[in-house]
Amino acid sequence: MTQSELFIQLLINGVTLGSYLALIALGYTMVYGIIELINFAHGDVYMLGFMISLTFLGFLGVRGTLGGWQLWVVIFGVMLVTMLCTGLINMTIDRIAYKPLRRAPRLAPLITAVGMSFMLENLGMIWKGPSQILYPDIFPAFDIPNGLFGLNTMVLFTTKDVFLMGVTIPLMVVLTLFIRRTKMGKAMRATAQDREAAALMGINVENVIRTTFFIGGALAGAAGMMVGLYLNTGRYLMGFDAGLLAFTSAVLGGIGNVTGAMLGGYVIGFLNAISDQYLSPEWTRAIVFTTLILVLVFKPSGLLGERTPEKS
Amino acid sequence: MALLQAQKISKHFGGLTAVSDLDLMIEQGMIASLIGPNGAGKTTFFNMVSGLYKPTSGRLLFEDKEIGGLRPNRVTIQGIGRTFQNIRLFANMTALENVLVGLNCRLKAGWAGALLRPPTVREEEVKARARAQELLTYVGLGGQGETLAKNLPYGLQRRLEIARALATDPKLLLLDEPTAGMNPQETVDAMALIKRLRDELGITILLIEHDMKVVMGISERITVLDYGAKIAEGTPDQVRADPKVIEAYLGKGVVTGLKGTKNASALLGKQAAAGTGR
Amino acid sequence: MRQIWQSITAPWRALPARQRTIITGGIAILLLLVFPAVDKSMKWQTLNDVTDVLVLVILALGLNIVVGYAGLLDLGYAAFFAIGAYTTGILTWPPHGLEFNFWIVIWAAVIVAALCGIVIGTPTLRLRGDYLAIVTLAFGEIVPIVMRNLGNQTLSIGPWRLMENFNLTNGVQGLNPVGRPWIGSFEFGFDPTPWYYLILLIAAFVIFANVRLQDSRLGRAWMALREDETAADCMGVDPIKTKLLAFALGASFSGFSGAFYAAKLQAIFPELFKFNLSIMILCMVILGGMGNIKGVVIGGMLIQLFDRVLLTQTTLIARGVGQTLHIAQLATVDLSLWRWFFFGLAMVIIMVLKPEGLFPSAARRAELHAAEESKTAETIG
Repeated sequence: MTQSELFIQLLINGVTLGSYLALIALGYTMVYGIIELINFAHGDVYMLGFMISLTFLGFLGVRGTLGGWQLWVVIFGVMLVTMLCTGLINMTIDRIAYKPLRRAPRLAPLITAVGMSFMLENLGMIWKGPSQILYPDIFPAFDIPNGLFGLNTMVLFTTKDVFLMGVTIPLMVVLTLFIRRTKMGKAMRATAQDREAAALMGINVENVIRTTFFIGGALAGAAGMMVGLYLNTGRYLMGFDAGLLAFTSAVLGGIGNVTGAMLGGYVIGFLNAISDQYLSPEWTRAIVFTTLILVLVFKPSGLLGERTPEKS
Repeated sequence: MALLQAQKISKHFGGLTAVSDLDLMIEQGMIASLIGPNGAGKTTFFNMVSGLYKPTSGRLLFEDKEIGGLRPNRVTIQGIGRTFQNIRLFANMTALENVLVGLNCRLKAGWAGALLRPPTVREEEVKARARAQELLTYVGLGGQGETLAKNLPYGLQRRLEIARALATDPKLLLLDEPTAGMNPQETVDAMALIKRLRDELGITILLIEHDMKVVMGISERITVLDYGAKIAEGTPDQVRADPKVIEAYLGKGVVTGLKGTKNASALLGKQAAAGTGR
Repeated sequence: MRQIWQSITAPWRALPARQRTIITGGIAILLLLVFPAVDKSMKWQTLNDVTDVLVLVILALGLNIVVGYAGLLDLGYAAFFAIGAYTTGILTWPPHGLEFNFWIVIWAAVIVAALCGIVIGTPTLRLRGDYLAIVTLAFGEIVPIVMRNLGNQTLSIGPWRLMENFNLTNGVQGLNPVGRPWIGSFEFGFDPTPWYYLILLIAAFVIFANVRLQDSRLGRAWMALREDETAADCMGVDPIKTKLLAFALGASFSGFSGAFYAAKLQAIFPELFKFNLSIMILCMVILGGMGNIKGVVIGGMLIQLFDRVLLTQTTLIARGVGQTLHIAQLATVDLSLWRWFFFGLAMVIIMVLKPEGLFPSAARRAELHAAEESKTAETIG
């Protein structure tokens, strides 16, 4: 591989990883923006998205690569149902573990969040077993530079990469439009600014919180399915790992800032790709967490955040 | 001698100017008041002095030393104590413990001292408790040392806040609406207490207050803020007679409606009557 | 029934609280002291496990300083335990050729753990509490990774070779053996009894430290910060310094017990110190009641009892029931697979329904239940 090829490959790896990290990071950032809580269980909702979509694909009897209309119907059908499920799960988590503690000291919901995360993780393990799980390779992997353009290159860029970006990026655009343009979006922004004032203005704050959890969960579910389709493997612990990375992305972008979460996702994606390539994969996690700590030290408001996570 | 001096101090929040180019001087040993309509920047000024906000520009001198931008606990150690508009006691600690926390910055025992409890630490602890009890008694909470702060009645909570602030051994005490929410009798008692703090303990007092009886009754110097700027300053009488003050409080239309400053100042004066009459 | 019970316990309840504490405490201490003899004569062979439980209880008491007193959520507490254990291991593992005296090494372990606490705490403690939680969580993840990777590590960035076959921790195999403590000519060996008494002594010390810290200038400052950080700051309490002290003290207790644990186990490897351990310790603190020494001790023991005895016993019972009733799922159930589910569930249930823990101290109970009241009072005031 030449230097320029290597660079392009890193770019591709970074963008693909960044795409789904961004999708998960959105859930963290939205919830934090509204109730100032780190939803530790969010990563596990993503893991459940992986497993739920896997189960639905099993119901449909899908095992190998699909093509034509079948491919699209199966993928989008399953994705929609998965998103609905994970959205509802996330809402339920809020109802059980966070809602009763809205006015409790800050420590309390954080602890229940950790507890929830462990429960879900354990459920994932019981459900699909402790080892690596195979995910059907539905989406055809077609080598684009070679097959389409006849380029003789080592760069690996397949239709799967295109598909991953082609799903995650529009989802983010839709979310952004939803928050900017719709009435509910406006209510969400108002609640994030000042919950009490929003309530006084007649906004049903609990409703806004529920919606936020639903959307966050749905996006995480979509991310879980996309990763399944892309990597074709996963494990009950995947939520914990991805959750930490995604949270780092959210902080890097500026917690509470939706655009920031996406940007952070891509930056962390690149950082991962670079560390995997030039250092060694064993150290990548340590590098990412060190980044998290450095960001918190030098730029706690993140790249795009207005609000500092300092105590007011 | 000027104890506290603000020189062209400003605070902006984004596009909003909360305090702009304010000059203020608090003389040693006086009781001074900061008044103005809601949102005039009084509490913002307090927060800058006590270190919760960093001034956007300008200088803040305490005993001729710059304190602008110091962390709150450093400011407290310099000798500025404060209370809060909406009481912020340590609700689940006893009254005595609350005061002991105020004494904290004047004590020395560290973690090793806490573990080993050598005689010096024991002695310090005994003295601290005695001092805390003394302060509680001083503000009239002598028998309430073991009561949880949140179980105290409202008026006593305000007193406890003062005792806690006194424990930090302040030269200047900032009182943010010390009589807010009090009934007339409690208000009169609180005024007496504030006067005693200055007369007996020699503590300089700066207070924010909405109750004109209190302001006119105990202040020696009043500064009036409106929209973050100083619009008047002087003795209670001077301020009462100042047309700009009345305008700020009652609005321009009202002033002309009342045919000039005289009647309106009488209105302010009437409010103050109960206070000055004491 | 209740009346009979009350009439029986009346003389007991008539005693002053202080005497009751002394009597119950005395009985507890006596039971703990004679336990090895009982264990031996009854052939229970549980002494080793009980010693491990005590180590975890000590850890919970250390975490209690951080979470209970200062209100800082530390999700990577096991990392400091690992650091203490590894410091001991590295300094006494024969192939390293160091083999320092254990009684010196243990202080090195304490210092290294405290320093790590300061390094992690300094940047994060000025931020909001949730960030400390996530950073400590990340730290708890990094430490085992680093320990695993630092066995025979060759690291190069481009042309620079940073490390070549660098072996500090012996990777996945871990360090074995680890230096044992000596007292005079007596060496702590495989007999669990001396270890039991040693750990008991340490537990007594840690409880003593908890009591003393709680009732001190520092303890009051922690409590004040937990109650209202801004007000405490304005009363001259330096929030960062004070919190850092809690964090570093907690870390050093963890490092301290890590050193003993390493010496007792005689072998350490990265798998011992996973994130889950931190959560189990946290769970022990929460179950009994944060900030409450008695609660943490009892809660910690309950969790261990549940984890080590109850889960396996219940599994056997469930299987028996399943077999007689011919329910296949029940006959093959393994409840120990569900342990983390139960721990998570316990955390949620306790925080939602009984945030002061099962064995609360009076003040903490008041605080957590009054949060709602005081909030409304605030808006009115």
